[in-house]
Amino acid sequence: MIPVCRLEDLPAGESVRLDLEPPIAVFNADGELYAIDDTCTHQDASLAEGWLEGCLVECPLHAASFDLRTGRPTCLPARKAVRTHPVSVLDGTVWVHVESAQPVPATAPHATAAGQGSAA
Amino acid sequence: MRTITVIGASLAGLHAALALRTQGYDGRLVIVGEEHHRPYDRPPLSKEFLTGALTADRLSLADAEEIAELDADWLLGTRAEGLDPPSRTVALADGRKLSTDGVVLATGAVPRTLPGEPLAGVHTLRTLDDAAALREELSRGQVRVVVIGAGFIGAEVASSCATLGHSVTVVEAAAQPLLPQLGARMAAFCADLHTDHGVTLLTGTGVRALHPEPGRSAAADGGRGRVGWVELADGRFLPADVVVVGIGVQPATGWLQGSGLVLDDGVVCDAGGATPVPGVVAVGDVARRAGHRAEHWTSAMEAPAVAVRNLLAGTTVETYSAVPYFWSDQYGIRLQLAGTTSAADTVRVVEGSPEDRSFLARYERDGATTAVLAANRPRPFTRARRELSREGGLAPV
Ligand SMILES: Cc1cc2nc3c(=O)[nH]c(=O)nc-3n(C[C@H](O)[C@H](O)[C@H](O)COP(=O)(O)OP(=O)(O)OC[C@H]3O[C@@H](n4cnc5c(N)ncnc54)[C@H](O)[C@@H]3O)c2cc1C
Ligand code: FES
Repeated sequence: MIPVCRLEDLPAGESVRLDLEPPIAVFNADGELYAIDDTCTHQDASLAEGWLEGCLVECPLHAASFDLRTGRPTCLPARKAVRTHPVSVLDGTVWVHVESAQPVPATAPHATAAGQGSAA
Repeated sequence: MRTITVIGASLAGLHAALALRTQGYDGRLVIVGEEHHRPYDRPPLSKEFLTGALTADRLSLADAEEIAELDADWLLGTRAEGLDPPSRTVALADGRKLSTDGVVLATGAVPRTLPGEPLAGVHTLRTLDDAAALREELSRGQVRVVVIGAGFIGAEVASSCATLGHSVTVVEAAAQPLLPQLGARMAAFCADLHTDHGVTLLTGTGVRALHPEPGRSAAADGGRGRVGWVELADGRFLPADVVVVGIGVQPATGWLQGSGLVLDDGVVCDAGGATPVPGVVAVGDVARRAGHRAEHWTSAMEAPAVAVRNLLAGTTVETYSAVPYFWSDQYGIRLQLAGTTSAADTVRVVEGSPEDRSFLARYERDGATTAVLAANRPRPFTRARRELSREGGLAPV
């Protein structure tokens, strides 16, 4: 488990980027917390800098959109999913449980939905 | 339609083919491409590919599985030489003639070149082969590079060459780089990016001629001689080992002369990509859609879905009117521009500052925002770009 920040430092609509290898982005989408690999699967852009709308994040470079719950792209040009990581909140601190660094299968659906932490 | 032929196997052609299948077209699909490569992405050619950060295998626009699913006949390394709408045939350079019911024109654009015999060491940059040749020359130790033209491609090449440790001079005929695209204030910002990174920028002077290196056997360079000097219009001579000519592109329409299509800085088509000739649509950099021709990656990717819907419908049932969007990476800075700027616009920096190399600026005319430009401000830029789309009041210039 990796500490991200205090919950109050990640208000709804905001995101943080964890400088890990590979980097991870944590989002507060209207109160639900999600973590995904930060680097867009299309090319080199940081999804933490993307545009958040509902539980979709739009890549800042070519506007591929990813579903934070599954990591899967909802439109081109991205064709591969980003990995998702479970998030939890303990005593007001946001934690992410980094999944092992296995690449996501290109098309196979995820075995489980993304872990969600409630910010409520 | 039983056969549809896509001419041009790059970004726009591939996305036309993908969209045809997505929209249920299950007839024969033929893709003709002059290059030998399967569709690959061009923007990295002047950026990460040139610096070596990205290799050619990472540029592919479709993997083996997607190619297989497309179920198309690929005629690569094959140039189309002519289109004859009455007989519905496409003539290929190897003498074959293809019969087809529908045609998607996606031949893109080709770089402008300087007049005169080409010398070794002088490059343009459009294709993977161009980029590989340039990269090869840049890998032989430190060289003196002269980039002619300070547009987006020229600036990116200069930036990549500076990153590789070469000594770089950029020559621009206009008083400032990107002046018509960005206006004086933002052009000054772009000029500073060059000088910040030790690149010499010479503006307000054109190039008169390129001269070979004296005393070197031309036989070593295939009889052409190798470039040694760039002569400027103001009489100065710049020593050069490698010259990159980045003076813009022109739409690849030469092969369509006599086809009956209207050619005027591109294939003239309506806002849905349909040409006046039934069964023929145009997409990407070659298309002059509703009076405007874009040279932008995003529209080359998005507009084909609309054009092929109109092709399948036999008439224009949908138009493509997204706000133009373009990005450029230079000197570690990501510039993003959405909308249509004009010389009459007032430029207002609304976040950050050019001095800090991070800002968002709005272009305004008659109280309305016509465009937004950002440097290293991706998130506010995306918000502004979306607002611009929602307002939707942008008339193409
Ligand atoms: C170095 C570089 C960097 C760029 N960077 C950016 C950027 O940062 N941001 C951005 O928005 N855009 C950028 N662009 C522009 C973007 O790549 C183009 O808008 C896009 O490639 C257009 O796609 P297209 O399919 O219409 O044309 P093209 O990519 O030009 O492809 C046309 C294809 O048709 C083939 N062809 C031509 N004539 C014939 C014929 N007669 N028969 C058969 N085949 C033919 C050509 O060989 C080519 O493969 C860049 C372009 C280049 C070259
Ligand atoms: S890098 Fe994200 S869509 Fe291209």
